[in-house]
Amino acid sequence: MTQQFYVSPEQLMKDRADFARKGIARGRSVIVVSCEDGIALVAENPSPSLHKIGEIYDKIAFAAVGKYNEFESLRQAGVRYADVRGYSYDREDVTARGLASVYAQSLGAVFTAEQKPFEVELAVAEVGASQDLDHLYRLTFDGSIADEHNFIVMGGQADKVSGAIEGGWQRDLSFAAAIRLAVRGLVTDNEARDLPAKALEVAVLDRSSESNRGTRRAFRRLSDQDVVELLAEES
Amino acid sequence: MQETTANKVAAHATSSFTEHLQRDRPELLPQYAPFAAGTSTGQPLAVPHATTIVAMTYAGGIVMAGDRRATMGNIIASRHIEKVFPADQYSVVGIAGTAGIAIDLTRLFQVELEHYEKIEGTPLSLEGKANRLGAMIRGNLPMALQGLAVVPLFAGFDSAAGAGRLFSYDVTGGRYEEQEHHAVGSGSMFARGALKKLWRPNLPEDEAIAVAVESLYDAADDDSATGGPDPVRQLWPVVYAVNRAGARRVSERDLAAMAGNIIESRTAARREA
Repeated sequence: MTQQFYVSPEQLMKDRADFARKGIARGRSVIVVSCEDGIALVAENPSPSLHKIGEIYDKIAFAAVGKYNEFESLRQAGVRYADVRGYSYDREDVTARGLASVYAQSLGAVFTAEQKPFEVELAVAEVGASQDLDHLYRLTFDGSIADEHNFIVMGGQADKVSGAIEGGWQRDLSFAAAIRLAVRGLVTDNEARDLPAKALEVAVLDRSSESNRGTRRAFRRLSDQDVVELLAEES
Repeated sequence: MQETTANKVAAHATSSFTEHLQRDRPELLPQYAPFAAGTSTGQPLAVPHATTIVAMTYAGGIVMAGDRRATMGNIIASRHIEKVFPADQYSVVGIAGTAGIAIDLTRLFQVELEHYEKIEGTPLSLEGKANRLGAMIRGNLPMALQGLAVVPLFAGFDSAAGAGRLFSYDVTGGRYEEQEHHAVGSGSMFARGALKKLWRPNLPEDEAIAVAVESLYDAADDDSATGGPDPVRQLWPVVYAVNRAGARRVSERDLAAMAGNIIESRTAARREA
């Protein structure tokens, strides 16, 4: 009979956390920026169909780094949660806070109970009527949840990218300026090479989608063509 | 072991909101247990009924319009009810029949389409949407047999075909593609008669909207359950136009002007029938 070695809970948690961190650090960065026009979500992602950014509900979007199968299942669970809630109560009653807390609980449960923790980091963003009402939540692999302000950077070189974004962030950025700022941030992560539009995944949560596009669904994915135009506007 | 896990994951992967509810939250689905045999009083249940919906193709898309009346036997249950809804960005659904069930069903259908689009990252095809609605109507068959039928009219812009298309249904969920124009509900006979005379191929959008309003006027003229334009309360039909750019609700102001023209020309003609 094999004897189990004693492993202290501290050591066990530390090992799991290190394992998850290593998985996430391999991923490319994702940036979520709150600005005057709404919230811009920018990811470095060469695949045009395997998304890291997704729509959850009218005013809520999702962004993730890490293992695709893991965050994709979390995204789908989030869409289901939001649609069930909106269907059984009202569309108004679906909030990023509620969704983020469900994510935090699921991630926490997986971290402690499952064989291996999820190697993902998530952002849940909700665009409000004004910039002060925007909500950005960051969720990490162990289920911790943080209420962030102005912007979130996740992924491999988050600290370095974060520095670049912090330097350029202003309250009154337009979408174009916010996306350019995010791309500048992503480039610092990449040994100073240029990022073509094809390698980017960009989406926005439009603050005034009702008046601009006549829909309450604020989420809009930008095509490569749109991104090329935005990046070319560079002053 | 591998096999069963894979099978389990595949079986659980659904893009359908209704399927998800059936599996995990069945209590949220609209469900009306059929009455036990013998409890039926022989009289239909006194609940509001929605009446006439018309739809037609025009150059570049489709128009759908519904009057604003719901009736309960000989009583007008509502003068303000809206019976035409955007199903998603490129399609609209109009409902005739038991109003409560129909509105529930429409709400579920709207979530169903949006849910699929979000999970899959791409919208359903127009045929796919039409089939989904058919399945939902079929689910209501037991109620239809109790006299609580829902009969929708579905229309949308088919971006693959580059044209507007129109689908009607029966209570068993049977789905029929209609050409040119169609109407459902209690006043549909009269509306269809009017459409036959007023509709012509490749109408411009504004004329198609005027034709829709006029056919509802004719339906209201002969069917007591259909409401005509109401200048006293400023109530006009609900009209949606769907084209390549998406579904758009026609403004109250335009409808007031069109309804005004129709009333004026009919008054001037001084005809009895």
